[in-house]
Amino acid sequence: MNSYDLSALLIVILPALSFLVLGLFGNRLSNRVSGLIGCASLVTTAILAIYVAAGYFFDFGLVGGVHEKHIALQFQWLKFTENLSIDLGIVLDPISVMMLLVITIVSSMVHIYSLGYMKGEEYFERYYAYLSLFSFSMLGLVIAVNIFQMYIFWELVGVSSFLLIGFYFTKPSAIAAAKKAFIVTRFADLGFLIGILMLSYNTKSLDFFTIIERLTQVGSPYLANFTATSFMGMSALSWALLLVFMGGAGKSAMFPLHIWLPDAMEGPTPVSALIHAATMVVAGVFLVARLFPVFAISAPDALLIIAYIGAFTALFAALIACTQTDIKRVLAYSTISQIAYMMFGLGVAGWGAENSEGFTGSMFHLFTHAFFKALLFLGAGAVIHAVHSNEMKDMGGLRKSLPITHITFLIACLAIAGVPGLSGFFSKEAILAAAFHSHPTIFYVGLFTSGLTAYYMFRLYFRIFWHNPVPEHSHNHEGHTWAMNIPLIILAVGAALAGWIPFGSFVSADGKAMELPFHLTFSIAPVAFGLIGIGIAYLLYAKKNDVPDKIASSINAFYKASYNKFYIDEIYLFITKKVLFNLVGRPAAWFDRTVVNGLFINGSAEATVATSRAIKPMQSGRLQSYTMFFLGGVLLLAALLIIKFM
Amino acid sequence: MSASTIIFYILATLVVVFGALTVFSRKIFRAAISLLLSLTFVAGLYFLWDVDFIGALQIIIYVGGIIVLIIFSIFLTHHSGQKLPKAKVSKKLLSGTLAVAGLGFTSWVVSQFVFKPAVGVTPVEPNVHNIGLQMLNYSEYGYVFPFEVINILLLAALVGAIVIAIKKSQETEK
Amino acid sequence: MEQVPLSHILILSSTLFFLGVYGFFSRRNLITMLMSVELILNSVNINFIAFNKYLFPHQLEGVFFTMFIIVVAAAEVSISIAIIINLYRRFKTIDIEDTTTMKY
Repeated sequence: MNSYDLSALLIVILPALSFLVLGLFGNRLSNRVSGLIGCASLVTTAILAIYVAAGYFFDFGLVGGVHEKHIALQFQWLKFTENLSIDLGIVLDPISVMMLLVITIVSSMVHIYSLGYMKGEEYFERYYAYLSLFSFSMLGLVIAVNIFQMYIFWELVGVSSFLLIGFYFTKPSAIAAAKKAFIVTRFADLGFLIGILMLSYNTKSLDFFTIIERLTQVGSPYLANFTATSFMGMSALSWALLLVFMGGAGKSAMFPLHIWLPDAMEGPTPVSALIHAATMVVAGVFLVARLFPVFAISAPDALLIIAYIGAFTALFAALIACTQTDIKRVLAYSTISQIAYMMFGLGVAGWGAENSEGFTGSMFHLFTHAFFKALLFLGAGAVIHAVHSNEMKDMGGLRKSLPITHITFLIACLAIAGVPGLSGFFSKEAILAAAFHSHPTIFYVGLFTSGLTAYYMFRLYFRIFWHNPVPEHSHNHEGHTWAMNIPLIILAVGAALAGWIPFGSFVSADGKAMELPFHLTFSIAPVAFGLIGIGIAYLLYAKKNDVPDKIASSINAFYKASYNKFYIDEIYLFITKKVLFNLVGRPAAWFDRTVVNGLFINGSAEATVATSRAIKPMQSGRLQSYTMFFLGGVLLLAALLIIKFM
Repeated sequence: MSASTIIFYILATLVVVFGALTVFSRKIFRAAISLLLSLTFVAGLYFLWDVDFIGALQIIIYVGGIIVLIIFSIFLTHHSGQKLPKAKVSKKLLSGTLAVAGLGFTSWVVSQFVFKPAVGVTPVEPNVHNIGLQMLNYSEYGYVFPFEVINILLLAALVGAIVIAIKKSQETEK
Repeated sequence: MEQVPLSHILILSSTLFFLGVYGFFSRRNLITMLMSVELILNSVNINFIAFNKYLFPHQLEGVFFTMFIIVVAAAEVSISIAIIINLYRRFKTIDIEDTTTMKY
């Protein structure tokens, strides 16, 4: 075990230790100490992750110019049969190392930021314990060698997300949101589990790389068996992969399982930045990327479905984001839209050096998005911290009182809008170029969406920092919150410069270095769309005027639909409450109450009681009746025996 | 019919008659006296069968001990001249049926069965000499062990009777 | 010597036995019930002696059992009388119908 492997192990262990310490002894530690423990463990983790990443990308991971996977640790944990066992381990390959970087950096930033943001909150140490638990599970998820290991950590991530969304557990809306997130993602995970079972049944393995090998090799008997059966025009393999994707769609909030993410904004804002923007919600993208060779080689039809779902979700969420007034909800829908970008980036990719730029672009976007979206959330958190409200109408003209937040927020908005030179531009460009080459329809959807993205992000920006005139006597709100400012600045640097990393030479589908194509002529359209979006937002929201209201009333029906999130929640409610509840729930409840409870449980109890009441008088306390029974029985027995044997 | 046979039937009748009086009499003292007579006639049967020792025991222990004890307890718990309450008719019927059925069944079985006496054996005289020898014999067929056990039983009964019947001081204080 | 048939003796003893049984069931007074028990024991004793005399005259087992039964009966009566007196002290009666506290 060399120092890299050891560091990789420590990356996973440290947050777990910090969770245990904070969870077990947190209430005996002062807030300051528990916060410092959390931060120290995560900052150490981040440093180790940078060390491992540097080692992997430039040193031990690079074998003959190709980034090979490297198993840092693997041991058998649960053995089912000779072939089928659940292993736990650590695998280092381009995407998992990239994810390690993203998670540890964003998580450590959020830990530091929370020192300021959560100051004075009740259950401060519990908050840090949950954050550490989340970091541990997310790290365990990305380094999984085994699909079942991934599933275990996947659920752990879901639990910690549940705990953090419901952190303000005295607030009914937070509880409802936590429940909703948990139920929706659990429901999706059911599909994931079925998919896992199908995959492992047909490949006789749970190991990621064995599965990939057995399902991608030409002439593999497993592959032939798997694709032999088909259902509704798609092979069993495609269905299995789509079921796996269902789990990913639940975590990544793809349409129609996106409904939990906007509500999850009830959690503390740093949590939204960490979990619901940068890390957990990209788990679905990561899952598809992990199994990408299988998708691309053996089930392109499933990949195509993912591409269309991604494209639709991107547009759909962007449309909703345009009309929301709660700034965190705008960011939530923006997140959905951006993750959908990554999804369709994967969807349009193919196998082979020339086709897989969508894969690299998607991973690139994941990387850059983590920076600027975490930054946006943390900036929004700073704003909320200052004005104590989530609603846009309470904001405006904050650029003087929150200068650092203002600048960093602007950088993030420019990055997400795809302004050339900032990180979002490069990654979005790569995805759009990939889409343009393989699926033009999706490209046009993506193009339009990027315009919308620029529009709603700058609508947000202008509404927060401009719109109203700067109030007189405005003072600086930020002076004493350096714990919050430093992460903002660091992330802003990341959001600005992450795009200049030659990402293609590090992360690609087959590990070989590739050049992300960059055509100046191609970039004109997306950049133009982005600038138009920014321009419209400037016209409408930079100064207070009544044009937005007029536009809203002129397209009233559409505006309302978008404002109400296209009534998806209501449809869900209708299906669950009216249809499921009345058609399934009520009869089941009736059956349970009358037959199971009434007939079997209460019935047997009542029968017992009735019988015992009936035979109770026999226990009369009368000696003579006892002896009478006794003698009668003796005579009867004697008679029987004598008649039988005489 | 020899004299001993006649005497047997007379004794048997007396035993049954006084037994019935014990059971049916509604005056408890009379019942006790009937029991005494019945047991005495049973002793008479024993004398008739030449088991003198058992007959003597019967008279000494039953008539001289148990019946006296019972009469003492009657004096302790009853006012004299009081009649016993009548039993319920249903109860009488039920126990009567049970007793008659049992008696009928047993008599039927007894009359059906053919008893085979041991033949060609030398009878043992059941006198005190023989009984005493076997009672305290610790070789085969000796009864010294049951004898000791009975000793302990009697001791236990002695102590137990005292413990049960004694007036508890706490109760008197109440 | 002409003898009484064994079955007659057995019928005598069983008559005595079931008289005792009847008394035990129908009487309400504990002391009379105790007397019925004495009748039952005696009927058994008669049986033992009769069997010993008629069937196994070369042994003394019946005699011994009778002796033991008499001794046990003595012990039993002494204990029963003690119980009856104790019961009388507590309930002021020895009527079996009134002393049914040991029930459900």
